[in-house]
Amino acid sequence: MNTVPLTHILFVSTALFFVGMYGLFTRRNLITMLMSIELMLNSVNINFVAFNKYLYPDKLNGIFFTLFIITIAAAEAAVAIAIIINLYRNHRSIDVEDTKDLKF
Amino acid sequence: MNASQIIFYLISAFVLGTGILAVTGKKIFRSAIWLLFSLVGIAALYFWMQVEFIAAVQIIVYVGGVVVLIIFSIFLTQRSGTEMPKPPLKRTLFSLLAVLFGFAFSYRIIYEYGFTPAVASKTFSVPVNAIGEQMLSTTEYGFVLPFEVVSMLLLAAMIGCIVIALKTAPGKKPVHIDKLPKDLAGAINVVNEPDRSSEKVMEEKTT
Repeated sequence: MNTVPLTHILFVSTALFFVGMYGLFTRRNLITMLMSIELMLNSVNINFVAFNKYLYPDKLNGIFFTLFIITIAAAEAAVAIAIIINLYRNHRSIDVEDTKDLKF
Repeated sequence: MNASQIIFYLISAFVLGTGILAVTGKKIFRSAIWLLFSLVGIAALYFWMQVEFIAAVQIIVYVGGVVVLIIFSIFLTQRSGTEMPKPPLKRTLFSLLAVLFGFAFSYRIIYEYGFTPAVASKTFSVPVNAIGEQMLSTTEYGFVLPFEVVSMLLLAAMIGCIVIALKTAPGKKPVHIDKLPKDLAGAINVVNEPDRSSEKVMEEKTT
């Protein structure tokens, strides 16, 4: 099990983080940007679990950080989608280029 | 190369491939489905690392909650069959450059650091009862304070979602919180006197 070195897992999570960042740069739709943010949060979770497994196998702190990040990401997604739907009601568009004014 | 390594590289290729498809897909609904596959692959990676509880939470919260929420919001706001406009070539090129440079930079630092794994004094196992005990213990390494703070955060997020998503008629002021008890009383009256409550709703709409 430990034959896969830690740097390979970190390679996967780093690549996933930058894939999410690429999506955040190129997309201009709020829902797809939210999806990219979810990918980035997941890569951070992989990092926490891998560090906990490889470097501190007798503790559980990485597990707790992962649990709290998942909880906060769920709350963040719910609030973001409520804002997106409210924005769609007011502007009829969820493209970030179309939202020029803060107060409608 | 044994079976465990092969499984790890297969899962990693799956996660990265579906992740790339999720951020580059032309149709938004397909891109949400690719995101779902990527999250399932990450749950498989947790299973591979023998943290079954995190894998179960990942599947329940992300696959069962967040992706379903995203798909619902796509259906509410988008015409999911049409293709999204392509980003201009300049933006694609420069973001690709930035991302590649950032990845090379970060991975070089990770590679040069060369993490030395801990000596295997104790095999890594995550029993659920240990997680529960440490989560709710009030001793030195307990996590009861973040647990309570996160529960307050969830409550605040729930109330915030309700307040943001309250429907306001066009041309009217948004609904305030202090009006809510009257509405709730009206909603309770529905059970007893449906006619009067519907009249009340009509009045509220006309005024």
